[in-house]
Amino acid sequence: MSKVLIIAEHDGANLNGSTARAVTCAQGIGADSVDVAVFASDGSAVAGQVAALSGVSTVLQIDNAANEQAVAAILAPQVQALASDYSHVLVPSTTFGKDLAPRVAALLGVPQISDIMRVESATVFDRPIYAGNAVTTVEAPAGIVVGTVRTASFSAADAGGSATVEKREVSAELPSHTRFVKLETSGGGDRPDLQAAAKVVSGGRGVGSEENFKVIYDFADKLGAGVGASRAAVDAGFIPNDHQVGQTGKIIAPELYIAFGISGAIQHLAGIKDAGTIVAVNKDPDAPIFEVADFGLVADLFEVIPELEKALG
Amino acid sequence: MKILVGVKRVVDYNVRIQVNPDGSGVATNGVKMSMNPFDEIAVEEALRLKEAGKAEEVIAVTIGPKASQEQLRTALAMGADRAIHVETDEEIQPLTGARILKALTDKESPKIVMLGKQAIDDDNNQTAQMLAALSNWPQATFASKVEVEGDVANVTREVDAGLETLAVDLPAVISADLRLNEPRYVKLPDIMKAKRKPIETVTLADLAVEQAAAVKVLKTSAPAQREAGIKVESVDELVAALKEKGLI
Ligand SMILES: Cc1cc2nc3c(=O)[nH]c(=O)nc-3n(C[C@H](O)[C@H](O)[C@H](O)COP(=O)(O)OP(=O)(O)OC[C@H]3O[C@@H](n4cnc5c(N)ncnc54)[C@H](O)[C@@H]3O)c2cc1C
Ligand SMILES: Nc1ncnc2c1ncn2[C@@H]1O[C@H](COP(=O)(O)O)[C@@H](O)[C@H]1O
Repeated sequence: MSKVLIIAEHDGANLNGSTARAVTCAQGIGADSVDVAVFASDGSAVAGQVAALSGVSTVLQIDNAANEQAVAAILAPQVQALASDYSHVLVPSTTFGKDLAPRVAALLGVPQISDIMRVESATVFDRPIYAGNAVTTVEAPAGIVVGTVRTASFSAADAGGSATVEKREVSAELPSHTRFVKLETSGGGDRPDLQAAAKVVSGGRGVGSEENFKVIYDFADKLGAGVGASRAAVDAGFIPNDHQVGQTGKIIAPELYIAFGISGAIQHLAGIKDAGTIVAVNKDPDAPIFEVADFGLVADLFEVIPELEKALG
Repeated sequence: MKILVGVKRVVDYNVRIQVNPDGSGVATNGVKMSMNPFDEIAVEEALRLKEAGKAEEVIAVTIGPKASQEQLRTALAMGADRAIHVETDEEIQPLTGARILKALTDKESPKIVMLGKQAIDDDNNQTAQMLAALSNWPQATFASKVEVEGDVANVTREVDAGLETLAVDLPAVISADLRLNEPRYVKLPDIMKAKRKPIETVTLADLAVEQAAAVKVLKTSAPAQREAGIKVESVDELVAALKEKGLI
């Protein structure tokens, strides 16, 4: 009998879309129940959003001033306290989940399974290794299964649920050795979130400068797309780090991915393997990105983008 | 203060991985091996802290087979003062790795353990967090900036929403992200000098560490390949193709 506990990711007001994907993963386990814990200072709003996801059994709302910010060292002992009632603890494989899950697993004395991409059974999972260039099928040992869910591999659970929300007190000793100082966001404005966007337009080193990236942003806005980037573009300071796509950036699965001036290093491709359609525009006919692109165009991006904009009207 | 740095021997990041057809794993025979790139960054950061007068000693640690000493030599050539080789031919998963590092921190009492955010072979991204949990220390993962002031480190972290800063009391575990620094090149005289630096070899038994329950690898397979696409000759052709698929 499987009972799954998912830790919700949110920013205090809004549930992050990755949580709904973890719910779908949990359903693949054939769980008898899927509970979702919301740790916050006041989690009412977020708990309401979780309750509306279909497939959720109970939402556990753990309000505590210490949970105002998601700090792994503070959340982990609380998750540990809840975990004994469950067979599985799942967290989305985002920076939030990657930070938290191993700490929880170590407190529980169990290994952790990273980036679950497929559920074979309640204890057997597929996960990528070597930047997605190989896939291993792994079996968790006896005990609680702690895993992170590769969000690009699962669709989001639908709305239409009506789970009950239970307020919970968790008794756990919380450390004071780790203090949140600040979060600087790049402020994407109204642009769709990279990980949720149906379309993503990305730029690489070939874009050439921070000023030139305006061309990418403007074209993305025209398509209603999110904006991504290669590591080289981020390292060069063309665009903030939270836009990086790839092995060490965000793993995304939009319907349409358009790469401008990106060569297609394996570490970049690791982030876009699940995209529906990949378009690549690159001056170099031998760029490896063309090996994965559904539609490749050998051309200068600065000539292509104005033409595309014109064609789209 | 001391800084302990984790160094893992992995398949070089430029190598195109081949999955063994019998599902037994990834071909490593005759394949170029290197220090995990995130660990190079961790070593560099430790050295910079030392050069800034914030630390006295940098100790590089590897857990792995005999050949892992090559990576320790690289760390020593970069400037680490000494090295510890936890020698084992067994596969060491993150929970056991964290136990080993815990045993070493108990012995060496470093103020900072600096690891990579992930080893690029198994892409686990777990060891730093597990070590911090076992020691009940703070963790500052995915660091892109580390500032040490007395007994506190202010660490900027690369998170999905942007850049987060945490203040952590030392001792702490920090894991390095790619933009923390650019590792220095090792020069030939440094390689020669490093040959004289000490490497201490210990076993799991010496450290009284038992293997933790492990995840069992049932098989390794090649990932689903994307179908090769086509090259279009013009923007018009591209637009037509995308329209046909209903994407624009
Ligand atoms: C451990 C590790 C992790 C990494 N993680 C990531 C990651 O998560 N994401 C990531 O992206 N990278 C990652 N990298 C880096 C990766 O290896 C590549 O260095 C990087 O992706 C290259 O970015 P790029 O394609 O923009 O730059 P380049 O490889 O320099 O390619 C630029 C391309 O632009 C083209 N170009 C130039 N001008 C024009 C023009 N006017 N019009 C059209 N095309 C033009 C060129 O032909 C070239 O192909 C990682 C590396 C390591 C070692
Ligand atoms: N065998 C090892 N020897 C030394 N350090 C290791 C080893 N395995 C992992 N580490 C450290 O832990 C980090 C994260 O590894 P992982 O959790 O396996 O992704 C690495 O970047 C290293 O710094």
